[in-house]
Amino acid sequence: MPITRQLIPALGLSLCALSLHATAQDKPATPLHQRANAAMCANCHGTEGRTVKDSSVPSIAGLPRDYMVQQMQAFKNGTRPATIMHQISKGLSEEQIASLADYFAALPR
Amino acid sequence: MKRRQLLQASFALGCAPSVLSRAWAANLPAKAQVVVIGGGYGGATAAKYVRLFSDHKINVLLIEPNAQFISCPMSNLVIGGSKSLADLTTSYDALSSKHGVTVVRDKATAIDPQKKTVTLQNGGSISYDKLVLSPGVDMVFDSIEGLQAANASGQVLQAWKAGPETLALRKQLEAMPDGGVYALTVPEAPYRCPPGPYERASQVAHYFKQAKPKSKVLILDANPDVTSKAGLFKKFWSDNYKDIIEYRPNHKVTAVDNHSIRFDVQEPVRADVMNVLPAMRAGAIAMQTGLATANNRWCGIHYQTFESVAAKDIHILGDAILAAPAMPKSGHMANSHAKVAAAAIVAQLSGLEANATPYLTNTCYSYVSDKMVVHVASVHQYLAEEKTYKTVPGSGGLSSEANTLEGTYAWNWAQNIWADSLG
Repeated sequence: MPITRQLIPALGLSLCALSLHATAQDKPATPLHQRANAAMCANCHGTEGRTVKDSSVPSIAGLPRDYMVQQMQAFKNGTRPATIMHQISKGLSEEQIASLADYFAALPR
Repeated sequence: MKRRQLLQASFALGCAPSVLSRAWAANLPAKAQVVVIGGGYGGATAAKYVRLFSDHKINVLLIEPNAQFISCPMSNLVIGGSKSLADLTTSYDALSSKHGVTVVRDKATAIDPQKKTVTLQNGGSISYDKLVLSPGVDMVFDSIEGLQAANASGQVLQAWKAGPETLALRKQLEAMPDGGVYALTVPEAPYRCPPGPYERASQVAHYFKQAKPKSKVLILDANPDVTSKAGLFKKFWSDNYKDIIEYRPNHKVTAVDNHSIRFDVQEPVRADVMNVLPAMRAGAIAMQTGLATANNRWCGIHYQTFESVAAKDIHILGDAILAAPAMPKSGHMANSHAKVAAAAIVAQLSGLEANATPYLTNTCYSYVSDKMVVHVASVHQYLAEEKTYKTVPGSGGLSSEANTLEGTYAWNWAQNIWADSLG
């Protein structure tokens, strides 16, 4: 995905921001709970965000944090068309999305 | 340590040596043991994720009688003729080789919730600190007169558990002459896979349209309307299978005989192929352990952790539970249950609080032809004050219409969820 590739240089920056975001939350989920919530994505996006080979649904492990938050917002407000994700994203709060983005951004691709 | 004594006792009781080798027992560290009964979408996922969430520190044994996992989702495509059973089959090997789960090919015949042991059909018993029970559903054959015998003889199939009956039903349809009638009866909700019967009817109609265009698909539904994706199914049927599918609501089956199905109110129906789905309930082992607390049919659980309301340290998943509002009995949902339960088990065994606000997702695709698909998706948030899950307002929804793009995504979904549950 060209967009993702362009954003890869931003990855280091967003990883630096990770600890900031984690501490900024009022009640940070324990790492276990964050991991279990993130596992809800795995049904379609693969265990730890890595899909099977040649999957038409993308892997999400290692996506830059801010890119993932933006995309979830775009699904929510309808600017990124989707078959499913516009419906799933509307079920997640801003806090839940931030936690997922933090989790997957910290994983290797 | 008490726990260590318990673990040693479990081996003294005599597990089948071919399965639990001495070497394995010798390597057993003194730590918690989780036993999982049932290797379907719920149990297999729970086994894998207890290992993942505990960083492989908790021992997990998965008890499953079948040699391989055969997916119920997608099995209607075998009946429709576009996929084979082999396409839906996944080995349990990766659970052992990649995740260190001990897969015990056996059947759990009894649970002792006080002693915290599981008895195996081939002899011996296993102790647990936590038990995950994912027993699926059983068909209540004796709720319909004549069905038990008709099913045992192979004449009237359910094919609601993917496997030999799936193939047998396909053979019955192939053998049926053009101009014949296939009748599918739908039990009152709740039952496993709400849209499944309507997908199956679509698959059979798709096959008839290609191969036996004079034949009929008769849907005899105990419910007052199609229970899932009603508008989407009915639109597709009307546009594509108008002369093939006939839908009749409010048909509650009371009996079957050689050639006909009888109902409580409506006239009997004759059919060449009778596919009768009786009422369903939690799998036998849950029933006999006294865990089916709701109507003696479904298992009541504490939704935050999936722990049984009737027995401590037994966590129940999947189709067998008394579902929260708007929660479907689906494979995807069972996979989601398993992750919440696995995290709760790891938390509790580690002395941590279980997640106060877990959530679940569900996506369910139905093939209305060999390539066209419709979906329903939902997000279910646990509400601590109400102690249940509710769908998040404004979230979830349906396909706008049947389409081939989602046909691609549906098959892709299957590959990914099989890998997530078993790979």
